[in-house]
Amino acid sequence: MHVEQISVFLENKSGRLAMVTKILSEAGINIRALALADTSDFGVLRLIVDSNEKAREALKNSGFTVGKTNVVAVEVPDKPGGLCNILDILHKSHVNVEYMYAFVRQSGDNAVMIFRFDNTEAAIRLLEQNKLSIIDGSRLYSM
Amino acid sequence: MIYDIEYETMPREAMEAIQFRRLRSTLDRVCATVPFYRKKFQEAGITPGDIRSLEDLRKVPFTTKQDLRDNYPFGMFAVPMDNVVRIHASSGTTGQPTVVGYTARDVNTWAVLMARSLAAGGAGRGDIIHNAYGYGLFTGGLGVHYGAEKMGASVIPVSGGNTKRQIIIMKDFGPTIITATPSYTLHLAEVAEEMGVSFKDLKFRFGIFGAEPWSEKMREEIEKKLGLTAVDIYGLSEVIGPGVAIECYEAKKGLHIAEDHFIPEIIHPETGEVLPYGESGELVFTSITKEAFPVIRYRTRDITSINPEPCICGRTLVRMEKVSGRSDDMLIIRGVNVFPSQIESVLMEMEGVEPHYQLLVDREGNLDNLTVMVEVGEDIFSDRVKPLQELEKNISKNIKETIGVSAKVKLVEPKTIARSEGKAVRVIDNRKI
Repeated sequence: MHVEQISVFLENKSGRLAMVTKILSEAGINIRALALADTSDFGVLRLIVDSNEKAREALKNSGFTVGKTNVVAVEVPDKPGGLCNILDILHKSHVNVEYMYAFVRQSGDNAVMIFRFDNTEAAIRLLEQNKLSIIDGSRLYSM
Repeated sequence: MIYDIEYETMPREAMEAIQFRRLRSTLDRVCATVPFYRKKFQEAGITPGDIRSLEDLRKVPFTTKQDLRDNYPFGMFAVPMDNVVRIHASSGTTGQPTVVGYTARDVNTWAVLMARSLAAGGAGRGDIIHNAYGYGLFTGGLGVHYGAEKMGASVIPVSGGNTKRQIIIMKDFGPTIITATPSYTLHLAEVAEEMGVSFKDLKFRFGIFGAEPWSEKMREEIEKKLGLTAVDIYGLSEVIGPGVAIECYEAKKGLHIAEDHFIPEIIHPETGEVLPYGESGELVFTSITKEAFPVIRYRTRDITSINPEPCICGRTLVRMEKVSGRSDDMLIIRGVNVFPSQIESVLMEMEGVEPHYQLLVDREGNLDNLTVMVEVGEDIFSDRVKPLQELEKNISKNIKETIGVSAKVKLVEPKTIARSEGKAVRVIDNRKI
């Protein structure tokens, strides 16, 4: 029930993000979701793309450091309290969110959020027990 | 004032006679007591008896910092430990320092040399010396201290750091002489200004600055900002510590070498050939009075030249030009000697960190800043920011602990560190010295 996310190390200097998108574009890869975390020196770009392997290869060939992480895509009811409810369940079971961001597309009436948990397996079990809809990678990449 | 009229103004011939006599007895002694030197002489196929003039010294092999490291800690000592009363050490690569020892007589020799130096820099009895060189294993603090006491001046052993308190002491105690690294001195001036204290209102007359390279421009700045006369002092712990050479305040043009204790030579850094007066090359010292830790043709790696012309101060001792650089890759950052290989070994000891790094040295205001740029490979990369920031912090902490210098660590993308002809450019020094 995982979604594979790739992450790229970026120095804080102009044109680096543009360079990543250019490499992906030239490799014919579509970005499905992305989030950028930044500090004063560097940034970490997290990406969900339609072809992880192709994207990794293209970026590595251009000299970028690329990582691979399992994240979880969860359908979040698109109404007040939708996200709050999910976070509450996780918090009560001491599962922490390292970071999260939104997926571009909706799933029916629901929003899709990408979560990076400190304990991915525990989080998936918990979400399933609570009947929350998790979107598998194979489905998400082509959504 | 000249502290030691007899030696400091000795005619050349008399000086050379003393040097030769002392050299011969030193060579006899090191070959008898230090296995390292005995072996070196054997390998070169010479005995101390073959050295029949000062010129013959060039037949003797050089000693390098690596030789000192190979004999860590006490292998180069020429006296039994019973006779060693003091041990100092300087930081070294891979955490292995260079250790030097002193007999009671060596400590006295050093104190005399420092008293001479302080006198050449304008100090005398009745002066109060604000000594902001670090006290400890580093020879700066204690070197000045013993010299000050020897000449009968009052010394404030304030050491380095705690800058605000230093300003208050300067205001309240009224020191007339300051001894410190030039960069720390300018930092003191800045902090004083922030505290509303003007150096012009303090009582300083002279400053004796060293332990790091500094330029004529920096001298002008210090003299203007602090309202004093600034002279340069030279020394290294392997030779004895500060006091090996000193500028006189009368000329401020080159540093008089204590030739009655150390024979200087200038060599070509690559061929080892001895160069004539006036030519620029690597400075080499042979100690001729030291007991515990004599050094024979020790390569300092400092680049300078020697000027034998008479000086207006009356001293007949030759003068070395201000050190203009290094023949190795050593950096001096806030008075601390740093080799890129030291940083490399710190990085190599950290799991996953690749030895792709670059050192960037800048001077912000008057303080040196060291930035260590480290390439991020897959082993240390994380999708989370926190582990990367922790890595930066840990590298910085390890550098501080091993080398004693604060460094800012900056993670950079792979292959961003310029590689010229397959060899990485390790150091970018943007300081204008």
